[in-house]
Amino acid sequence: MFRQSIILQTIQKDSIGKYVLGFVLCLGIIIPLLNVMVPQESTFGVSTYTITLLGQILCFAILALALDLVWGYCGILSLGHGAFFALGGYAMGMYLMRQIGDRGVYGNPELPDFMVFLNWDSLPWYWYGFDNFGFAMLMVIMVPGLLAYVFGWLAFRSRVTGVYFSIISQALTYALMQAFFMNDFGFGGNNGLTDFKDLLGFSVQADSTRSFLVFFAAIVLCLSYIVCKLIVTSKFGRVLISIRDAESRSRFLGYKVEHYKLVIFVFSAALAGIAGAIYVPMMGAISPAEFSPINSIGIVIFVALGGRGTLYGAIVGAIVITYAKAIFTTAFPELWLFALGALFVLTTMYMPKGLAGIAQNIIDKMKEKRTMQQPNRVEGDSVGSTK
Amino acid sequence: MIETKHLDQVTSILYLSGVTKSFDGFKAINNLSLTIAPGELRAVIGPNGAGKSTMMDIITGKTRPDVGDVRFKDTIDLTTHDEADIANMGIGRKFQKPTVVESLTVWENLDLALAGNRNVLQTLFYKPTDEQRQRIHELIDLIGLQDKADDLAANLSHGQKQWLEIGMLFIQDPEVLLVDEPAGGMTDTETMETAKLLKEISKQHSVVVVEHDMDFVRALDCKVTVLHEGSVLAEGDLDTVSSNPRVVEVYLGR
Repeated sequence: MFRQSIILQTIQKDSIGKYVLGFVLCLGIIIPLLNVMVPQESTFGVSTYTITLLGQILCFAILALALDLVWGYCGILSLGHGAFFALGGYAMGMYLMRQIGDRGVYGNPELPDFMVFLNWDSLPWYWYGFDNFGFAMLMVIMVPGLLAYVFGWLAFRSRVTGVYFSIISQALTYALMQAFFMNDFGFGGNNGLTDFKDLLGFSVQADSTRSFLVFFAAIVLCLSYIVCKLIVTSKFGRVLISIRDAESRSRFLGYKVEHYKLVIFVFSAALAGIAGAIYVPMMGAISPAEFSPINSIGIVIFVALGGRGTLYGAIVGAIVITYAKAIFTTAFPELWLFALGALFVLTTMYMPKGLAGIAQNIIDKMKEKRTMQQPNRVEGDSVGSTK
Repeated sequence: MIETKHLDQVTSILYLSGVTKSFDGFKAINNLSLTIAPGELRAVIGPNGAGKSTMMDIITGKTRPDVGDVRFKDTIDLTTHDEADIANMGIGRKFQKPTVVESLTVWENLDLALAGNRNVLQTLFYKPTDEQRQRIHELIDLIGLQDKADDLAANLSHGQKQWLEIGMLFIQDPEVLLVDEPAGGMTDTETMETAKLLKEISKQHSVVVVEHDMDFVRALDCKVTVLHEGSVLAEGDLDTVSSNPRVVEVYLGR
């Protein structure tokens, strides 16, 4: 009862966030339903392309939420968050590969196709256990979390901050990309993991499975939002803000800054991993390109455009940019990166608080108007003097 | 001199002995020895670059000395602890530039500083008790920000930020307060008010004040330590110190 009331209170107080959440839920329920129930040819039909795009948007929104938690609230600008997303994706991909069983091209019940192709005679140790769904899901959280723990522990303990942290986090994802490109690394090299057949017995190619995954992604996004909101509105969240605004003040108040940074960084990495795990079965593949630095920078732009330190802004940013990219890349594919770059520059220059800042301004103005109108009606004389 | 002090006062709250710290060959602190007695109010003065801020950094764990002894309550070696540990032991610090959390309200700032458990889990599930709320309200009254409790700290004036920070330091309930130039950027009235506040605080806590403003130091009416080139040049009440020819030469005479 007590917990529930806290959650309800937090959502009610969140004036813009609740609408964003409502919008996400509507999308996540209506679009998959239309895809499954209505034939694709009809006016209200939803194509496989659209549903996949929506799935992609929702996963990126979870990822952006994860980044906003560390960047927006704790001031840690990670330019390597795509790595945690990709690792979660690979963990899910490994489970899906093991589900193929003997239905692969080479028909080997034990080894995925690429291993047969490389003439490997047994499964490498780090693939053990991935045929078990529970274990694979645990790894979706554990692998990114553990990497974030080790990386964060080293960086935060040595007080690596600001642009230096950003650069080494970028190097981290770049190094991982190079490693996953190698065939000998044991994750399918260039091609990554693909040709998935089924997930918990449901075909991943079926529209119904994909639709369910999209609905699932929307639910996970909403739950993540609520959890993140509870975190940032707690005293823990206020300590994060104080670290962002005045790091040494927080230390002299007695807060172990590196512990706080580490906890939020690991949580954020695990959330990014979950986003990656939902993404992979919808896309039908995961490749080392997911580690590329440009992806991680893209997430930063989602958050910057949406407005950092608001949570809902991250969701809005991810929706707007991913949708724009889908339209743009079909019309002018070679111009997309320039457009993205321009968008980033313009956002930082002209709207440092992003779309959320603009929305907040409008709300504040409306409130001001309302409070100004009310006293005016009571004491008519002061109208002239106030304005 | 240190010897006699030890006889007078069995315990010291802060004890620095033979402390040296150099940055790139420049000795910011040079064989500094200083003892603060429990409950003492002490003013530390000195020209720019005398090592006042470095001394504060060493006591609060921000900077490690090259050599020397830094002890809290006679026994605890401060050089082996970090800022957060030292803060939790009971040494509070106020910066020269007012440093408050600008995107939190006055109330939230004080809540953050309120003495209590500082670990991650505790803060995640924290809810202030009535007693804690009461304490925060008392402090807001003390620093005169009653109308501003729910305002963001960013919207306070410079002087109000200084007071908020002093309030945060106070609510932390430390045994020693290190205060770096509290009167910087304040009006004359505010300066005198601040001196009064610090004297009030020093009834229950040891306070070390670093200050430039001589009127302020006079208003504090306490023992004064003059630092010069990283070590103690003179010590005593303000009149004795200001008549010391060496002090006049390096500091007051200018």
